[in-house]
Amino acid sequence: MRHLPAAVVLAFLVAACASGGGGGGGARAATGSPAPAQTASRGTDSSSVDRPQYPSTYQRHPNPPVLIRNATIMTARGQEIANGSILFKDGRIVAVGATVQAPADAVVVDGTGKFVTPGIIDVHSHLGVYAAPGTDAESDGNEATTPVTAEVWAEHSFWPQDPQIPLAIAGGVTTIQALPGSANLIGGRSAVFKLVPSRTVQGMKFPNAPYGLKMACGENPKRVYGNRGGPSTRMGNMAGYRAAFISAEGYRRRWDKWNSDHQGDPPSRDLRLETLAEVLRGHILVQNHCYRADEMAQMMDLAREFGFHIRAFHHAVEAYKVGDLLATNGVAAAMWADWWGFKEEAMDGVQQNLALVQQAGARATIHSDDPGGIQRLNQEVAKAMYAGIRVGIPITRDQALRWMTANAAWVLGLDSITGTLEPGKMADVVLWSADPFSVYAKALQVYNDGWLVYDRNDPAHQPRSDFELGQEPAPGSDR
Amino acid sequence: MIAFLLAQTIAITGGTVYPVSGPRIEHATVLIRDGRIVAVGANVTVPADAAKIDATGKWVTPGLIDGAGQMGLTEIGLVPAGNEGALRGSDIAASFNVAEGINPASNLIPVTRVEGVTTTLASPGGAWIEGQAVLIDLDGATIEQMLIKSPVGIVVDMSEGSKGAGGTSRAGVAGRLRRVFNDALEYSRRKADYSRAQMQQLAAPAAELEALLPVLRGQLPLIVYANRVSDIRTALRIAREYKLKLILSGAAEAWEIAADIAAAGVPVLVEPMDNLPSYDALGIRYENAAVLAKAGVKVSLMETETHYSRRIRQQAGNAVSFGMTWDQALRAVTLTPAETFGVAGQYGSLEAGKVANVVVWSSDPFELSTGVEHVFIRGKEIPLRSRQTELLERYRSLPPKY
Repeated sequence: MRHLPAAVVLAFLVAACASGGGGGGGARAATGSPAPAQTASRGTDSSSVDRPQYPSTYQRHPNPPVLIRNATIMTARGQEIANGSILFKDGRIVAVGATVQAPADAVVVDGTGKFVTPGIIDVHSHLGVYAAPGTDAESDGNEATTPVTAEVWAEHSFWPQDPQIPLAIAGGVTTIQALPGSANLIGGRSAVFKLVPSRTVQGMKFPNAPYGLKMACGENPKRVYGNRGGPSTRMGNMAGYRAAFISAEGYRRRWDKWNSDHQGDPPSRDLRLETLAEVLRGHILVQNHCYRADEMAQMMDLAREFGFHIRAFHHAVEAYKVGDLLATNGVAAAMWADWWGFKEEAMDGVQQNLALVQQAGARATIHSDDPGGIQRLNQEVAKAMYAGIRVGIPITRDQALRWMTANAAWVLGLDSITGTLEPGKMADVVLWSADPFSVYAKALQVYNDGWLVYDRNDPAHQPRSDFELGQEPAPGSDR
Repeated sequence: MIAFLLAQTIAITGGTVYPVSGPRIEHATVLIRDGRIVAVGANVTVPADAAKIDATGKWVTPGLIDGAGQMGLTEIGLVPAGNEGALRGSDIAASFNVAEGINPASNLIPVTRVEGVTTTLASPGGAWIEGQAVLIDLDGATIEQMLIKSPVGIVVDMSEGSKGAGGTSRAGVAGRLRRVFNDALEYSRRKADYSRAQMQQLAAPAAELEALLPVLRGQLPLIVYANRVSDIRTALRIAREYKLKLILSGAAEAWEIAADIAAAGVPVLVEPMDNLPSYDALGIRYENAAVLAKAGVKVSLMETETHYSRRIRQQAGNAVSFGMTWDQALRAVTLTPAETFGVAGQYGSLEAGKVANVVVWSSDPFELSTGVEHVFIRGKEIPLRSRQTELLERYRSLPPKY
């Protein structure tokens, strides 16, 4: 009875997508600088390209060591340890196993009957850029003024007081990628955030996380620009990407040359081309909103034409039709469990999409693209896993867990840092009341980098945004 | 109005049966004949000619009812060609009955029913007084075969979204609704004057006022979509003034005044997984359904997005997570919506004489690991196929089988 289903609203406004370059799995600092190698200090006359570009000021919150014991530990590394323990200290996981010795100062949490997983990572979110309460005033996700806006950065729209952030935390989410919307062919830079309370955007930026570049295939750009000078067709979309990267090739050459010889004045700085050049250098991961199988194949050819790599197709409703091509090309797919039908390019959704992509040997991840869905990504993964299992696709619990943890970390280039429970990894940890693949499971405690950011049984650890204060009554309160 | 296409006896045996109208029965039989349930119990004699469905170890419930959405009235969200649920042009569309817009061949119908949802609302949306909603079974070659009850109510939007209908003020919306109701009542008293053009200008065309008369006589529910406490209270107030049979839908902040809603005896439809604050519902929260149920409100759960009507069982599971009892949640997707829409004599529970909408589940219907094993609509077993299962078969091993 609601007038516009949320999915339709999303289809109008948002659209996500991504595919990215960048080589291996490790995090790598990607600055906005045209040529990261050239930042040798040149004294006081250095220009903007040499100075810090909105760097992360994230600091780990001090906290005591924590030992959770007697829980089922789901590691996302293959093992599920019954009656196991996990110890983390100073933001790092120290030990995971059947028996773990705790230091004397550790906070000991009894996990009997409970489950532990890595913190959930949502690779596709518009939290902060399409914040609640959802008026035009908070609509900051699409710079829908021209089809290529590689120069905009999602972090410059992100609102740390979005009241949707605490809700996502309560759902066990510790890391998100916040993306520009999909109105544009190239929508701008994404950024990766730790979901922790913070006054500033910089205070949430995941340290050293690579940037992403949001690109969008298909219906959205041509719908938005069809009557505004184009593109109005899918071939127009392709021409638009190609023209942008052709310009970026020249820009990259000019800067690379200047960086090696320092002859004369440096080239003029162009924010749009600077970001695209960083994609060509492999420093920014392409995150490509793309629904249809045939368009994914076109985009992989586009990436080959310009020598970059698509990190992941997002939404990828038809990824199951080309799972083999994704596997061959090393491109991940970030998908919903069951979204379909809200527009023509979403018509062929099947509930086995993640399972089939997994079966084909490609990297599957869940994603939300939705402030409601982000609160239940464990349920979305469970639906996708059981949809596969019910028709005989052999998905293991660990594989499914990776859809919201380790594989998602890979999509963001952070898989060496977070996404699994193993010694040395960041202590992003969720304690669940029950098997997280049950509809009845709730996140009881959420630790982000070792800090207890959420405790369902302790109001002192239930962050509320500034927006909520004095506005939202608690159950039982007298309004 | 309900047509039964098949004369057949079916016995679903051995399952754990949740009749909803009574306690769970272990190792029970549900006997179906000619589209109706004829017996439910542990000691039912199965006729020799009955087709037997072995449900040992399975759970058997009534088909789920989603009291929201536009089933049959929408196909692809962004493609106008298949969207029939909105009457544009006038914000008062009380006479707009959606039934003839329903497409029995819609792709959404098989996708939804194979997941255990057998009955849904088909609701208008797009005006202020949106029109007449109907209740349908998700099987049938014709609209007539699908319809259960038409109309089940007239829908009015009294949320933030309808402020334009009242000069952008909630007070304006309430005042205008009263003017429309008053004019409808006056029109009904002075039809002769009206036909002789001896009446002042009315707040809506005669056909719209005429359509509202069953509501004003208390014969047909007024289904009010409202979320903010003040809007819910306005709906309750107007319902008292005009002695209306009111149904609240949306009702995101209803938990804050649960006792008042219970005292008014007004049934409520809520969407449990909806908890995102807006200025229409800053107090929205997961516990809404549980608080209402505890206060004694007749609560139904719904999924408002038509393509995802199949998620109503996930809605129910989450309602349980946030405080509803499991039994309350099952009732809230079966018997309570049937009562709310006035069809509980035939729908919503597994009882002799009721329409045989029955689902056999592998386990707890709200649990994500649970699959649907059999679906019966009006006693007919529904093949568990949809466009989505055909896509799966084509692509489950690559390259595809073209």
